Amino acid sequence: MPYLDYAATTPILDEVLEAMAPYQRQLFGNPSSVYETGREGKKGMEEARDLIAAAVGAQPAEIIFTGGGTEADNLALKGPAFKLRSQGNHIITTAVEHHAVLHSAEWLEKQGFRVTFLGVDQNGLIDLERLKSALTKETILVSIMLVNNEVGVIEPVAEAVRIVKENSRALFHSDAVQALGKLKVNLDELGVDLASFSAHKVGGPKGTGALFVKRGTPIEPVLHGGGQERDLRSGTPNVAGIVGFGVAAQIAAKEVEQEAERLTDMRDQVQEGIKASIERVHVNAEDAPRIGNTLNVCIEGVEGESLLLMLDSKEVAASSGSACTSGSLDPSHVLMAMGVAPELAHGSLRVSLGRATTSDDIDDFTEVLPAIVDKLRSIAPRSVGGR
Amino acid sequence: MKRKAVVAMSGGVDSSVAAALMKEDGYEVIGIMMKLWQGEAANNESGCCSVDAAEDARRVAQVLDIPFYVFNFAEHFSKTVIERFVSDYSHGVTPNPCIECNRSVKFSALLERAKAFDAEVLATGHYARVRSAGAGFKLLRGMDPDKDQSYVLYMLGSADLAHAQFPVGEYRKPEIREIAASLGLRTAAKPESQEICFVPNGDSHAFLREKVPAGSQPGPIHTSDGERIGSHRGFAHYTVGQRRGLGVGLGYPVYVKQVRPDDNALIVGTAEEMLSDEMEVQEVSFTGLVPSSEFEASVMTRYRGEEADAKIQPYGSRWIVSFNEPQGLAAPGQAAVFYRDEELLGGGTILRTSA
Repeated sequence: MPYLDYAATTPILDEVLEAMAPYQRQLFGNPSSVYETGREGKKGMEEARDLIAAAVGAQPAEIIFTGGGTEADNLALKGPAFKLRSQGNHIITTAVEHHAVLHSAEWLEKQGFRVTFLGVDQNGLIDLERLKSALTKETILVSIMLVNNEVGVIEPVAEAVRIVKENSRALFHSDAVQALGKLKVNLDELGVDLASFSAHKVGGPKGTGALFVKRGTPIEPVLHGGGQERDLRSGTPNVAGIVGFGVAAQIAAKEVEQEAERLTDMRDQVQEGIKASIERVHVNAEDAPRIGNTLNVCIEGVEGESLLLMLDSKEVAASSGSACTSGSLDPSHVLMAMGVAPELAHGSLRVSLGRATTSDDIDDFTEVLPAIVDKLRSIAPRSVGGR
Repeated sequence: MKRKAVVAMSGGVDSSVAAALMKEDGYEVIGIMMKLWQGEAANNESGCCSVDAAEDARRVAQVLDIPFYVFNFAEHFSKTVIERFVSDYSHGVTPNPCIECNRSVKFSALLERAKAFDAEVLATGHYARVRSAGAGFKLLRGMDPDKDQSYVLYMLGSADLAHAQFPVGEYRKPEIREIAASLGLRTAAKPESQEICFVPNGDSHAFLREKVPAGSQPGPIHTSDGERIGSHRGFAHYTVGQRRGLGVGLGYPVYVKQVRPDDNALIVGTAEEMLSDEMEVQEVSFTGLVPSSEFEASVMTRYRGEEADAKIQPYGSRWIVSFNEPQGLAAPGQAAVFYRDEELLGGGTILRTSA
């Protein structure tokens, strides 16, 4: 039963679950409390902060725990925007961001900010020249994702940071949710001011994330309350989740190189298998640098929703793009920004591999897919009754 | 291997119970919700296709332990049902969009998909019944005379009926609610939806003003003699047979007799003038073999309307319905559906009526 949707979420790792368990039981205390069970909780959190900081090349004090990647992205956009409002009202992001960034930016537009959405080329890559020319004296924030969640493209963030820092005083945020565990991430070298992470994409629990906030970065909180997390994220911390995130991040960082290599081999195996067995298939972002675990293809004459249903009936779990937007069923905004025709974008399929993926899973998948595609291509329009 | 059935789930009680009954009948059931439109009306809290409706359908599927998927048919729906709706109103004709949806979406696009998923049956929550009859199939009215919805299914041919099931049609509505309640389905007490699903807030006049501007310009109301007796707010906003909302006080009731897009006029007539002996019907289909000659049937000319006995004879590709007794004028664009007792024989779209 192949699970091929690691970009949507991952199964929690055994060692993560084990590390979390005591914090749901005897170490249940509120980490802000002074007595032992509270202190132990706080200790667990701070150990996790150390592990995560080490995993991403940051200082522990720069890690702010949030309730997930989406919350981290919201804080990363809205926090600096409101803090820096008096200095400028221009924000730059890209058309291919995750909706957590995209919709936060659109909401800021409604609050009076001006937002530039940079387009991408057919491989999903931003144009650094266009970034440079979009910068103005008013630009306070640039947000460009490190890895795209739908097609796996690695954006040239290091170069983008250099351009932004050389030509403006804007802050730089990068959504690194899909990068952790698939790329070596060193935020210090990358030079970003803010970066978002999520635990459940790397074998951690859902509902836990983090925002890297470089020391001295001007930022307002979005959630107000008891002042936890350096007043940037009020609310009793999800101690067990944070502890789990720490363990998961540590494992992800430790194994990143060998996992990336293993997954890239398997991804290429799927890609070649599909290309060999199915006609009229387009690999999206084939010529761009991509993370090794993600493959996004458009299959002509096939409608993505039906494809997923039939894969599901063969116990294959894959996705037609981002799992977040299943309510909307619109063609992917990422593929549309890459210039893929809407009718083709409706036939998109994302396969994303992870730690437990085996080559048997790949074989099972590449075995069932061609027959399903044939069948779906045979659905032809028809009329009803006597007409 | 279990036989597979796709159930079209709308988030209402009828399709919820349809899914339950199919499962009880031993089918491997797949619940599918069709997302038929997007935009403003999609945020209506009550309507079908709303987020709430999808959540209700999904929750019902979870309780029944069947897989549930949402399929986007918005583009197809817009190109068929909505385009025809707008075009009909621009031509002074009153469409029934549910019929067009059954014809062009549910029992074509969705049925085709169901077959591709190896489902031998597509079930919906309509109140109607399918019976096998010899080599073919018959379509009967629903058991509940107050709920019968066979009228909107007249376009189904024998080949379609071979794959169609309407499990709730075997019950009365209160029984359906009881079944839903006994299974703990959250839709058990949900009110009926009556509005046209793609019209925001049920305000069809606002929708027509936007989509049919030429039919939304004020114009004259004439009697049959050509006397101007008032003005209307746009021909697309009136239906043949309509009495209310004309804003003319003559001391006796008058009805819309004709909607004339060419000169943007409404012609009204008295009850007597509204009687008609025959009408011409197009896009005719039959559930079984096409009759080779004249036949008798009782004819329903609007959803949940009265029936009248008539002779029906072929006239080129069209059919002429001749009523035994004169009937009130039916609205062009509505369906004329032919019944013999409980059985639906066929039907078509009313093209024109004459006295």
